Formats: sequence, structure tokens, C-alpha cells
Amino acid sequence: MTLTEPSRALDEIKIGGMGASRKRVEDNRFIRGKGHYIDDVVLPGMLHMEILRSPVAHARIRSIDTSAAWDVPGVRLVLTGEMMATRNLAWMPTLSYDTQAVLATDKVRFQGQEVACVIADDPYIAKDACEAIVVEYEQLPVIVNPTQALAADAPIIRDDKQGQHDNVCFNWEVGDKDGTDRAFAEADVVSRIRMHYPRSHPSPLETCGSVADFDRATGKLTVYMTTQAPHIVRAAVALIAELPEHLIRIVSPDLGGGFGNKVPVYPGYVMSILASILTERPVKWIEDRTSNLISTGFGRDVYLTGEMALRQDGKILGVRMHTDSDHGAFFGDAQPSKFKIGLLHSAFSCYDIPTAHLTARGVYTNKAPGGVAYRCSFRVTEAMFFQERMVQAAAEDLGIDQAEFRRMNFVRDDDFPHRTPFGFLTDSGQYAKCLQVGLDAIDYEGFRREQAEAAKNGRLLGIGISCMTEPLGAGNSREYDILGIKMFDSAELRVHMTGKAILRTGAKTQGQGHETTWAQIVAHELGLPADDIVVEEGDTDTAPFGMGTYASRSTPVAGAAVAMAARKVRAKARKLAAHLLEVSEEDVEWELGRFYVRSAPDRGVTIQECAMAAYSNMPDGLEPGLEANAYYDPPNLTWPFGCYIVTVEVDPVTGVWDVLRVVAVDDCGVRINPMIVEGQIMGGLTEAYAMSSMQFITFDAEGNCIGSNFMDYLLPTAWETPGYELHEVVTPCPHHPIGAKGIGECATVGGPAAFVNAVMDALKGHGVRNVDMPLLPDRVHEALTTRADVSGAPPIRTDS
Amino acid sequence: MYPSRFAYEAPRTLDEAIDLLAQGRGEAKVLAGGQSLVPLLKLRFANPDLLVDINNLPGLDHLAIAADGGVRVGALVRHRDLERATALASAQPVMAAAAPLIADPIVRTRGTLVGSLCHADPQGDWAAAVLAAGGQVVAQGPHGRRSIPVGEFVVGPFQNVLEYDEVAVEATIPAARDRVAGGFLKLERRVGDFATAGTAVALELDGDRVTRAGIALTGVGSRTLDARAAADSLLGRALTAETIARAAELAAEAAQPNSDHRGSAAYKRHVIHTFVTRILTRVTTTTTEHAA
Repeated sequence: MTLTEPSRALDEIKIGGMGASRKRVEDNRFIRGKGHYIDDVVLPGMLHMEILRSPVAHARIRSIDTSAAWDVPGVRLVLTGEMMATRNLAWMPTLSYDTQAVLATDKVRFQGQEVACVIADDPYIAKDACEAIVVEYEQLPVIVNPTQALAADAPIIRDDKQGQHDNVCFNWEVGDKDGTDRAFAEADVVSRIRMHYPRSHPSPLETCGSVADFDRATGKLTVYMTTQAPHIVRAAVALIAELPEHLIRIVSPDLGGGFGNKVPVYPGYVMSILASILTERPVKWIEDRTSNLISTGFGRDVYLTGEMALRQDGKILGVRMHTDSDHGAFFGDAQPSKFKIGLLHSAFSCYDIPTAHLTARGVYTNKAPGGVAYRCSFRVTEAMFFQERMVQAAAEDLGIDQAEFRRMNFVRDDDFPHRTPFGFLTDSGQYAKCLQVGLDAIDYEGFRREQAEAAKNGRLLGIGISCMTEPLGAGNSREYDILGIKMFDSAELRVHMTGKAILRTGAKTQGQGHETTWAQIVAHELGLPADDIVVEEGDTDTAPFGMGTYASRSTPVAGAAVAMAARKVRAKARKLAAHLLEVSEEDVEWELGRFYVRSAPDRGVTIQECAMAAYSNMPDGLEPGLEANAYYDPPNLTWPFGCYIVTVEVDPVTGVWDVLRVVAVDDCGVRINPMIVEGQIMGGLTEAYAMSSMQFITFDAEGNCIGSNFMDYLLPTAWETPGYELHEVVTPCPHHPIGAKGIGECATVGGPAAFVNAVMDALKGHGVRNVDMPLLPDRVHEALTTRADVSGAPPIRTDS
Repeated sequence: MYPSRFAYEAPRTLDEAIDLLAQGRGEAKVLAGGQSLVPLLKLRFANPDLLVDINNLPGLDHLAIAADGGVRVGALVRHRDLERATALASAQPVMAAAAPLIADPIVRTRGTLVGSLCHADPQGDWAAAVLAAGGQVVAQGPHGRRSIPVGEFVVGPFQNVLEYDEVAVEATIPAARDRVAGGFLKLERRVGDFATAGTAVALELDGDRVTRAGIALTGVGSRTLDARAAADSLLGRALTAETIARAAELAAEAAQPNSDHRGSAAYKRHVIHTFVTRILTRVTTTTTEHAA
């Protein structure tokens, strides 16, 4: 296998191949307002669906009276849980082998749960009719955190489940308990920390929606829907609803962002499909912002108790972690691994630690279900945040500089492959080098001097570091599957006679720029200009089977399949070239875009000439045409590395903090399109800044969701988003065809701890070990004045 | 987000607008910039029968700023017009300081100051700035015009004293007798967020003596609060560390904050204290600079 250097000869850059910062071709239509999103789908005779949601978090449903809704002119159908139940559709399975209510029958279990829906001639009528439905609720005690959920007298939220006598959703463990106990017995110092990673929401700017169109005459069901994984939806409909797979077509049009939010199957999709079957009309459902925020897949909401066994000289001997995760009313985590807590045990993969043990407990609460990987390989964000917060606390406990402490515990460059303390196998990286690039860029020593100087005037400066390697690219088919379907991916490349081509994959772009980068991989492999290749995804009738786009898996898996398909095309083109050049195949050499005779390099044919020959002048015995498909089952995950360093100044009077500088050093292996990579890193850092400074979904004691619109759930604007200084190190992935690793989520995963560590560094000496995210000014102020840790766990304090 | 059914009228004259409001009998709402009203409609928190769009009315887009501190702001003057009015900095520093902190740049291009006063959001910014400056709202109805001091205009959360057939046509700030000074500080979690806590201070000074003082608070009560005792404590005195500390304490006492997801009550009170201190200290520094 040959690996490509990040910067190749000029001709490859000119054709938009690997390493070219080619402008995103999809932006041409997006910035002109010519994108085609779910709400742009308009079909003849289409009806509109609106969902009535529960205003309360936990209540028994005494009655639902829909008669007034039926009386509203223009109403075509009103659905309730009772009606769904007669079709065995009141409940549906989740990807985590639990069940979830489609429409509530017995109880509502979170605020915003789907209670009924109306299908009408237009969305205004549907909304009016929803308001006419009368529901009688008998309120029950509400649970909004694990402590309440685990209390002896806690009401059982999932009383629908046989044998469920408490609110525990799972207990799971991994690692070596005895070995870890021994490490703690031998430790000079044990460092401890507790924290909460708050509930967040991916908040794609386009909310979820669907247009279901069942054709009674042909029996065909077409569903346009906002999904990051159209083939999985088709598989689910075929396997669970037992509809014939060849008569199901799922189309995912342009997506206005996903970030994990568009992986699960939501009740709204199911209801729109049933409504179309019942009305024999297309039915459109477009979720509003509040519905998206209060009912669809959230991220995080995990509590950690972490302990590190340390030797006085700085060596980490062992790690112990316990997590309590809040899954809401239904265990709906959308993740493909066999591990109950996702990949949280990828924590500490970049450190050389002999032993570790993790116990994880999941609980049900009266909050929205459907945990998703909000821009992270599942729960890797929590893993790396906890890791880097624990590392900083340990360095402080030992009195060792935080950078030096990391350096001395890193896995060394010559230690690969490396078995992590929780059993993953990492394969490549230059961790110390990345850290050094970051430290040099921020002038670490210089900042420390500036910090000491400022302290003399009562100013609080801080610097935070976060380093991590994370597992991206689910995944190898041994450990990862969805509904038993293995996590491979696919590509299908068809070269037309004039040397233009169409590429289809089983992934689904939602802002990652596949239409641009996949063409660059083909350009790199075949020498066709990237502009001559059109990329198509998202229609299950035309795209090859694939597992979709999330968890930074597209380049590691689908991208590899693209390269492999292109190589198959090249292998066939070589036969055509030999025929055209009248030499044997062994005498043909390849250079970008051209085959030539080894002994006479001037005699050659271009890839375009081979393409024409495939349709007009093929040798005897060779199949016409020039196309290939490839299914790629990755041998391992890819392991990018990120080092993020942030400096801040905290106002000691108000607790307000400002970011001074942000330095990011990312090693994602070979970069296909550096500009897109940088864009993803900047986006990730912005999400990291958001989660650390302002963003969270919390609840009051009654289970009211605080964060149900963009006035309460904050997305940073260009106004307050800091500037970023980006650097790179390139360690190619040893098993990926083009040496690339995942990158889409690295900064989101690694970034938050850098911001929090910076603020905590500024607060050093104030008796505080942890302030929970988001570090709102009042929390920082409270830490400064009380000299105690500040918890952000719900319920929120209110006295109104 | 689909509002309830409503009728829409866009009259060409003020009399016509007043007629429409009268016919609405309290079920009609005036639409100016729409930056608060339209979201309320979409959320169905407001369900008026009729919207009376005043954007086509002549003579409501005037912004007059006199050197003596007198300011007249027509009902169709946008936040952005105030943000860009350079004369405001010397005429009414409290308003000049508030203007760029109103919501976000998008809202500022559409929203209006008078609309903000009428909306009477307890976390709104303009009501505090105009209250501190001693401003008034001018309302016109079927029976003529009247001026209402902002302190009396806002009576509760999202409540003003307008009759249903009255249109707020302008806000006015009276001319100052002495040199004006002041400032506006707001703590927000993000641009466009409502104030966690905000403080408006408007002063007139004769030499170093305070001859008029207004201090108003936002985000820390069920309506914009007039910290009258704090303001009065400065009258006739120079701004010194002691008088500033006293005013800051009284302002913090006047605050009536609630704990919520933006911060605890104690913290919000602390922020008010800090902001009053910082604005007054800055005024002192500026005054010293002037003298130098």
C-alpha cells in the first residue's frame, strides 16, 4: 500500500485532487437559496401533520377527547395512541433494544411527548385542531436526575415494561477491576473529581421532517425524510414493519445539518407514514424548533466520579471511573456498538496507563429520550472531557506542570500498535509532537510569565490544555452493527464514455461536503478532474447500501470505499490501455491520469481515452463499460489526535470570562480537502466554546424543559465566537487506503475541556476543583466567592 | 410555528390606524418592527384578531437629537438608526451606550425603540435607558395626545398604560440643564440574549456636583425598575468612592431578582452593584479627563 503525502505535484491540485482546497461544489446551490430541503418537497394533494405534545413531564392519561378536532373544517385524520395500538404501532423498538412510545397510551413520561396528531389540509388548520383536543392528565411525581431516579421511593417511570421494578436502565462495566484495585493500593496519591456533562442538543438549523407518500396502486412507499442514514431506515421499515423492501424508497434530500440529531427514527416519521397509508395522500410533517429541542435526540447528560492512582513522580498507575447516565424516558441511544455506554471507555486511549476500570449505570428519568452522538463517536465527547479534566486535576494534585504531566504519560510514537487500558487498539500518532506544536504556537512559557505578572494586579488569567485521540469510523464489523447489520460502507463509480463520471455512496452528506471531497478522491485515484465527477447520495433506490453519515465515519469507511471502487475502475482501464497501446498489461505503467508504455513513456493514453474505449473499442473478451462498486469493511477504527489550547481572562468581580486565544493542532492523517477540514475544526471549536460557556438543556423540578427555544438554548453567533489558530501534524492512518482518519468531530470532542481547564486554571488557588459546564458567569462567581465546587445538575434553582 | 388566524391592515394615516384599533376593542395589536410581536404570534402566546401595521404611516420616522440633550424618537425609528446616530453620544450617553447592546444586529435593523417601550419586557433594555434619562412616551388616541413618563408607562410584565385605541407615536427625552453623563451596562450570556441583569445610569452634573440622576434596572424584577433611592443619594454630591458605593448598595437593594437559568438572585444583585459602581466610576474618570 502506498500512502499519499498531503501535498502532491501541482497537476493533482489543479484537477482538484487530494490536498486541494477546492471550493465546496454544493455551496453553489446553498448560497443561492437553491438547496432542496425537506420542506421544499411538495407533492400533489399533500396533507399536513401537526403533533400535540404533552405539557407535563409525568402523568397518567385519563382521557383524550378529539371530537372538537375532528369538527375543524379541513381536518382529515386525528390519531391517538389508542388508534395506533389497534395497528400495533403505539410503541416502536429503539436502536438500544428498548421500546419507545410513538403516541402515548398509558402515561406521558416527558414534557413534549407525542400525545396525538392531526392531519389537515394546511398546517394552520392542523395546529388549530391540535389546540381543540382535550387531554385529561393525572400528574405524577417527576424525576429529572439520577439521584431522584435511584431513590428508594421513586415512582417507576417504565411501569409499561414487564419486570422493571426500578428506574435503572442498565448496569455495565469494562476493564480490570482487581488490577485497578491493586494500582490504587500502590498509589502515592489518589486524585478525585466529580462532574456533570450537561444535556446538550445538536440543534441542526433545519429541524426534522418527512413527506410520506404511499401509493395504493403500486404498493410503493416513498418517504422523503431528514435522515443521516436512509438505508438503515429502509432496513428498519422492512425488518420491523415487514413491508417489502423493494417497495420502500427512502429519500434524504439536502440536509440542513444533522450532528447526530437525524440518526434516530422519531415518532413523527412513523405517524406520517401511517397517515399517508390511511389517507392515501402524501403527508408532510415539519417539526418546529421547540418540538425539535424538547423531544428529539439530545447529547450527553452524564455524571462522573473519577479517580486516578498516581505515583509521586507523575506516572499514572490506574484509573477508576463510574458514570451515571440520564437517558430520559426511553433508552433510545442511537449507537451501533455492543457497549451500553457507547465508546465512553475510549477514555485515556492516548495515555500509557496499565489498568483501568469503568462501571456505568443508566437511568430512566422524565426527560426526552433518544440520546444521540451530538457530533461525536458515541459518548466519546464525555470520555475525552472527563479524561482531560481528570488529567488536569491530577497534575495539580501532584504539583506537576499540566503539559509536562501529559507528555510523560503519553503513549510514545514507537509504541504502536497500543492496547488501551479499556481494550481498544490504537495504531498511530505523534502525541508529544502535536502537544509541542500547540505549546510553541501559544507560547506556553511566555503566557505563564504573563499570567504571574497579571496576578500581581489581581487579574485572573488561565491556560487550558486538552489532548485526546478518539475512535472514529465505526466500525469494524465484529464489534459494531445496527439491527445486526454490519457497519461497512459502499461506493459505486460509473465512468461515462467522455470521461465524466457519477459516484454514488451509501453515506449521506449533511454539511460535510461529500459532493466535493469524494470527487477529489476519485480525481486522486483516476486523474479525472474533480469537476467532471458528480456525487449523489441519499436515495435508497439508486445509492448502494450504506450505513449513513455520523460518528465521523464517512471518510474512514465510505471514503475508503470510494478509493477502492476507483482502483477497480483503474484496473479495468489498465486492460483497455494495454489494448489501445498494443502491449501486454504488465508493460503498462500508471501516472496520474495516464497509462504509458514502460519502455516508451511518450506512448500513452489518458484515462479519458480508456473510458471512450470501454464503450467503443474494447478488446475481445472484455466486458464493455467502465464502472465498479466496492464495499469496505474497515479493519479498525481510525485514531485521529487533537491538541487544543485555550487562554482566558476571568473578571474576578463578575465571573465573566473572555477567551484570549484558541490554538488547535489536529492530526487527522492525510487531508483530502484542507479547507473543509479546517472548516470542520472551526465548527467543532465553536460547539466546544458553546457547551463550555453558554449551552445546556436543563429542567426545573416539575420537569419543564428550560431550553425549548433559541432564546434559552443558545447557539453562539459570529459576534462572540473567538478566533482560531489552526495547526496540523500528519500521521497517516496505516490501514486506510488513502491514509485518512476521521476529523468531523475532533474539536467538538476535545475542545470543551480546553475551555474549562483554562477557566479552572485561572481559578487555581481559589479552593475550587470543578465548576460544571456551562461555565456561566454566576457559576464562576459562586466558585470564587464560596471556594467550593459548583454543580450544574438539574433541577435548576428557581425562586419565582 | 403557525400563528392563529388574524386580520391584517396597513393604514395610510394615523387617524385610520386609531380607528382600526378602536374597532378592535382590545383585540388588535400594533405592528411596528415586529421583533417581539412576531415571535409571540408564532408561539401563539399572542393571538390578536387584528394586526395594525403602522409602517406606512407618515411622520413617525423622525429622530431629532439636540445638543442640549433633548431627544425625540419617532415610532418607526429603528434601533440601528439610534446606534448610528453619532450625536447621541454627547446628547444622551446612556442611550448611546444602550443602542449597540440591543438584541443582535439583525433585530436592530427592524426593531423600534418605541415598540420596545410598549412591549414592556421586564428584561428589555430601552425602557431602562429611557427611564434613567427621564423620558416620556407620547400617545395619540381619538381624544388627542398625551405624554406619559416611562416610569408610569410601564406597569408590569408586558403591560403598559396605553388605551387600546391609542398609538405610541414617539418617545421624548427632555433637554438637560447641565452637562449630561451616564452609561449602560448589560450582562448577557450571548449577543441577542435577554439581559441577565442590566443597569442604566443618566446624570446631569454642574461642575462635579450631581444635579439630576436616574438609575434604572432591567432583568431584575417583574418590570423595569426605577432605583430612585440610589439616584437620589447622588443629588447635590460629587461622585466619590463613598457616594458611588452608597448608590451601588441602594441600587442593589432596589433590585428584585429571581433565580433562574441565567443566574441566582444573589448574583444578579451583585451584578447590579458592580455595574452601578463601574458606570459611575467611569463617569468620574471621564470627568477627570475632561478637566485635564
